[in-house]
Amino acid sequence: MSTNDRTNVRPGPALPATGGPNSTATWTLKSGLARMLKGGVIMDVVTAEQARIAEEAGAVAVMALERVPADIRAAGGVARMSDPQKIIEIMSAVTIPVMAKCRIGHFVEAQVLEALGVDYVDESEVLTPADEQFHVQKHDFKVPFVCGARDLGEALRRINEGAAMIRSKGEAGTGNIVEAVRHLRAILTEIRTLAGLKDTGLDAKAEEYRVPVELVRDVAKNQRLPVVLFCAGGIATPADAALTMQLGAEGNFVGSGIYKSEDPARRAKAIVEATTHFNDAKLIAEVSRGLGEPMRGLSLETIPAGERLAIRGW
Amino acid sequence: MSKLPHSASLASKGSATTTPRIGVLGLQGDFSEHLTTLRGMGAQGVDVRRPEQLDDIDGLIIPGGESTTIGKLAQSYGIIPKLRERAAQGMPVWGTCAGAIFLAKDVPGHPHPLAELMDITVERNAFGRQIDSFESDIDVEGMAGGPFHAVFIRAPKITRIGPGVVVLARLSDGTVVAVRDGTLLATSFHPELTRDERFHRLFLSLGKG
Repeated sequence: MSTNDRTNVRPGPALPATGGPNSTATWTLKSGLARMLKGGVIMDVVTAEQARIAEEAGAVAVMALERVPADIRAAGGVARMSDPQKIIEIMSAVTIPVMAKCRIGHFVEAQVLEALGVDYVDESEVLTPADEQFHVQKHDFKVPFVCGARDLGEALRRINEGAAMIRSKGEAGTGNIVEAVRHLRAILTEIRTLAGLKDTGLDAKAEEYRVPVELVRDVAKNQRLPVVLFCAGGIATPADAALTMQLGAEGNFVGSGIYKSEDPARRAKAIVEATTHFNDAKLIAEVSRGLGEPMRGLSLETIPAGERLAIRGW
Repeated sequence: MSKLPHSASLASKGSATTTPRIGVLGLQGDFSEHLTTLRGMGAQGVDVRRPEQLDDIDGLIIPGGESTTIGKLAQSYGIIPKLRERAAQGMPVWGTCAGAIFLAKDVPGHPHPLAELMDITVERNAFGRQIDSFESDIDVEGMAGGPFHAVFIRAPKITRIGPGVVVLARLSDGTVVAVRDGTLLATSFHPELTRDERFHRLFLSLGKG
């Protein structure tokens, strides 16, 4: 059987210089944890019980939240960092890494999450932004950050601020994969475009993206981001998860798609298996059988422009 | 073609070439970093996700990742019995971080199936959470060229070793972080996250009689 005998595994990010003989919170360690999550699924959870279900299903990490994005969308109002009590309960319920979200630019929420000991902070557009001018200066923190991006410029601005992992944004809480595909394709196509550019072209791109030209040259040369790239926002089925992997994602974030479906535990496990064996259509067919109702989902046209989450951040 | 000093040490199965075919378990984790290192050394790196692929390789690396995820996926698709069979035949196996957990016979509190090949006890996340991850220079038994710069990410500790298991490296406080048992190797840290190939060379030499 050669269904999964793929010889061309995409190389990971180029290895950065390591730290001193006894060092902590280095770039190798921050970006390294994201490498350990590759090929895996990070699941949104709102209770310790859901966290245990996620771990049991094979999640590589959980995102501790007060509400999944679909409920944030339904509730309206201001969405903030979760109650620390909830995050602590989830951290003590599982042995896999725990991530938590802070608002864009809310560096004090990020400080609180670091103090709680979460393993990764997601500076997330799913919450209501706190600053319309600046994102968090992430290099100043010991805890690593993941950030969302819709295109290459946005990804590189976040990396330049210190993000050690990027996820394409998609449109969270919709169960609709279309925006995730759009953002993933935009990032990957723009990376390929850089390959054909000479020095002046790369200089122009650096100016357009508002990042140092060294960062643009690195991406042009290595033909990938210098950090791990996951996909997020709208994954609801095993086939969705495999689609993003075939397009070039290195792993998936799944939120509302699991706990808004009929049988979360089975669906979660099926999405984990489809993410690993993403080139094996027979296996994806097998794990997709009889999973019950998926999340109902939203058509993007029905969401008023002001309620789109992906446009938050810049 | 091969740049390896030890390239002949792992007999290549069913082939005249001396380039060893080393599998890296690609179910989840930093498997591509191991593959890149292996290929840079002139070895053939193979992404392994199905049990039948284990018949076709000269050694297997279990990468870093999440041991619960790797264990569950390995069990679901029948990797574990086949791996035990190949290891019993003398195929070298090396686990880094989560991979070391996967190889250990005893992992307190681990809810999921593991390969249980090495007589060691491994304690998960024993240094703390991500914020406690660290880099450190360690001396490795029998390794020429000075200390090895080791990267520990939410790393496990090897807290007990059975008879026949040899300690290769400790931290300055005495914590065991690298062990060998015949053709089996376990490290708490990630040599694949540095450009130092000495641990990969050591692994490639393990098949030697």
